[in-house]
Amino acid sequence: MDKFLTFTIVGLSTGAIYAIIASGLVLTYTTTGIFNFAQGAIGMLCAFAFWQMYIAWEWPLWLALLLSLLVLAPLIGAFIDTAIMRGLEDTTEVTRLVVSIGLLVGLIGLANWIWKPGISRNVSPFFSGHYFSLADTRITGQQLITIAVAIVVALVLWLFLKFTRTGVAMRAVVDDRALASLNGARPNRVSMLAWAMGCTLAGIGGILIAPNVALDAGTLSLLIVNAYAAAIIGRLRSLPLTFLGALILGCTEAYLSGYLNSTPNLAGLRLAAPAILLFIVLLVIPTSRLRGRRQSREFFPMPSWSGTFIFAAAVIFAGVVLATTLSNGDAVTYAKIFSVGILALSLVPLVGFAGQISLATLSFAGIGALVFAHLGAGGNPLALVLAFVIPAAVGALVALPALRLSGIYLALGTAAFAVALDRWIFNLADFDIGPLHISLFQLGSTEVAPLNIFGYSFNTPARQMILVSVAFALISICVVAVRKSAYGRRLLAMKSSEAACATLGLNLVGTKLSVFALSAGISGVGGAILGTQLRSISPQNFDFVSGLPVLLLTVVGGIGAVGGALFAGVSLMGLLPLISLLGVFFAKVAGLLPGIAGVGLGRNPNGTVHDMRDGFESIARYRPAIIWLAIVIPAVWILRLAGIYGNAVFFPLLVLSPVAAVTFATLKIGGLEQTPTVDEIPLEWKGFIEPWKSSDVIELDMALGMNEVTLHVSP
Amino acid sequence: MSQETPLLELRGIRASYDRIEALFGVDLVVNQGSVVALLGPNGAGKTTLLKVACGLMAPSAGDVLYAGKRVNGTRPEELARRGISMVPEGRGIFPNLSVRENLKMMTYTGVSLSQVEEIAFERFPRLAERSRQLAGTMSGGEQQMLAMARGLATNPAVLILDELSMGLAPIIVEELYEIVAQVARSGVSILVVEQFASSVLGVADRAAIMVHGHIVRDGTPQELESELSNAYLGNQPERSGGNK
Repeated sequence: MDKFLTFTIVGLSTGAIYAIIASGLVLTYTTTGIFNFAQGAIGMLCAFAFWQMYIAWEWPLWLALLLSLLVLAPLIGAFIDTAIMRGLEDTTEVTRLVVSIGLLVGLIGLANWIWKPGISRNVSPFFSGHYFSLADTRITGQQLITIAVAIVVALVLWLFLKFTRTGVAMRAVVDDRALASLNGARPNRVSMLAWAMGCTLAGIGGILIAPNVALDAGTLSLLIVNAYAAAIIGRLRSLPLTFLGALILGCTEAYLSGYLNSTPNLAGLRLAAPAILLFIVLLVIPTSRLRGRRQSREFFPMPSWSGTFIFAAAVIFAGVVLATTLSNGDAVTYAKIFSVGILALSLVPLVGFAGQISLATLSFAGIGALVFAHLGAGGNPLALVLAFVIPAAVGALVALPALRLSGIYLALGTAAFAVALDRWIFNLADFDIGPLHISLFQLGSTEVAPLNIFGYSFNTPARQMILVSVAFALISICVVAVRKSAYGRRLLAMKSSEAACATLGLNLVGTKLSVFALSAGISGVGGAILGTQLRSISPQNFDFVSGLPVLLLTVVGGIGAVGGALFAGVSLMGLLPLISLLGVFFAKVAGLLPGIAGVGLGRNPNGTVHDMRDGFESIARYRPAIIWLAIVIPAVWILRLAGIYGNAVFFPLLVLSPVAAVTFATLKIGGLEQTPTVDEIPLEWKGFIEPWKSSDVIELDMALGMNEVTLHVSP
Repeated sequence: MSQETPLLELRGIRASYDRIEALFGVDLVVNQGSVVALLGPNGAGKTTLLKVACGLMAPSAGDVLYAGKRVNGTRPEELARRGISMVPEGRGIFPNLSVRENLKMMTYTGVSLSQVEEIAFERFPRLAERSRQLAGTMSGGEQQMLAMARGLATNPAVLILDELSMGLAPIIVEELYEIVAQVARSGVSILVVEQFASSVLGVADRAAIMVHGHIVRDGTPQELESELSNAYLGNQPERSGGNK
């Protein structure tokens, strides 16, 4: 009984911290409509700042608290609101989520820049040495203050949101920003205040938890996953339920670690408990209402077959060029451009076409890699089929409970799955389910054989490079085929308006499930191919956090097109390693770049590739540019193969020649296309761009298929 | 009848959505205490003009004058606090707030919550019964009543109403326009946009017809009634003997 009480108090104080962080999450969600993945990271940053002032500089406690909670945290909030979130109006849920993931990744990078990781930093518990007794159980001062702070936070928040006009206005602004201003509320100030408060709550949580854990940017930022579960229990709306959820969560964790600590397999379960609990909650919360059409300024044009085949050919050509010019070591490094590209491709149908969100891409890749490692003895290509099928099946299974829900819940469900794999399943020893022997990473790493097709083994870096580029090109073509098929249209229709699709008789759950399985399957194949490159795989290759930049950069590149996937591969596995080579400072900058790119997404939600495409289209229309490219690139390559110059000259030339062609073609063609000619004005714009004429009536009637056209032709 | 002091004046307003121009130099005056009806077919630019008038959209050319002062570029919340109250198209309410919280949002113009509640509940007793209900779960008519309550309770100088009748049963529309007439009698200037003229012409002092971003006719309701059919049929003289 004593033990039980002790565990309960530990659980309540942990739960209190989760409650504070989760209430900040609920606050920003209900008042800004943005689910802030970076909530934990903001708390982390405040905790580090507090450590710096209180421990490292030995400033008084009150000053350190004041500066970190009432100056730094609100400033971060105000900055997030003005610099980042204001640009996100009329963007989809995916974009908003990715921006906050960008913030998470960026803040971890920033913290690792300022506070060198790997050094032990500790904050001593508050009121250490002070104890209170409750029926033979000792409560530490730290535990008591934590619980007390949570109660105060709960009360203040509830009163604020319920009874003050500013609190009501915060929720009104999410409902209808324009209407709120028509009422005289100042929406910009209101949402800035909401962000400032949310960040302060994150900061309180971060500082309170600091004494319990070693300060580490990644760990602290991911505490948020535990807080998510609490916020979901409150359905992202109800603060009382969120607090209750947080307490349940804290206690579950405390009991599990108290009573279940004996075997290593179950110790992992304790770490994964919040994620599993989150998943269970997703199973039981009521189905969300179907979404109708939403205004969005994100558009992805339909790809053309000719463009797709040119793209695929260019990718394979790039693979061949890299294979023939790079050293073995470099080839191993840069071949990952294409395998990570395949992982990014898996997101295109799911996120880009269907508008669903998955944060578990790398986990499915891990499953694919494991399948290939264990079943693809000798590099048997048939195992690649299994590396598609098994992750696809697992993917469908994971998505099933979350599919009744949409958007953010699906994203969180997949995050919970990824975290559960990370913290628990991937670290299990071999086990049996009935007759089935399941072998995972065998508590360390597992060997993967290189692919072997009809006796031809892809066992050198150069062969690998060509193999992955061909695989990327083929899967790109498949993804485009999906987009151009009736199934692809269905996915896009579902993204535009679930309600409209349901009324047309579309099976929403079946469609979502299939696209989820397809995406998980492609990830599995990508993971298997990545595995054959790595040769030896371990859980760290496939952890949750490493997967976030893949989604982030694909969205930055343009999630609706295969070019976005290549952008993700090139930037993550090509550009960032290159920048890191420039020196320690640049390596740190490279750590921040994905975050910065994600955060800047609001400025250009259609993706970078969308803009690049315009440039390449001008080449297609300007014949001299095509001829120039067709001569110069092979020539530059042949001179390199002949050993006239090294890679230091070759790669700049290779990059510069298309850039020059695009610039020249744009200059030549661009001027001609400023204003559309009269014929090009769409019918529905007539009368707006130019005055309405009687001839327009005839044209309109013809377009509408009206048969009285002749009546209007006056003699 | 109205005095001839202009309270809200729009001069040479041009406005566009990206490249698409919606207004081509519109002039409109709302005099102190008068009701002006703005009529016209779909896509004529009526709502755009109202957005410019209440500050939700900045004109690309022209001036907005309120009580003789140029207010171009003033934020909508500032104009709301100075007395321009706009009830936008399609229920100007916050669906995820309760009725009472919606009423609380009306207090930014300086009136107290108890005043707002007194006026709103007296006029629309139905709202009092539903004060704890989420506004989005009420019927269309009730939602429009809540939206109208702002026009009544916040004591505006100018009340701008966009498509009050949209999606409502004729009897409710009639009721709402009865209230508009009462508000007008209390001295509030009203600018009201409607597609369906009959409901609004009964209460208006002046009316203007807008087609393709221009005001094509302007006069008393009686003068305009005969012109309306032309405006709605695209204003094409040769079409009068056509298929419709």
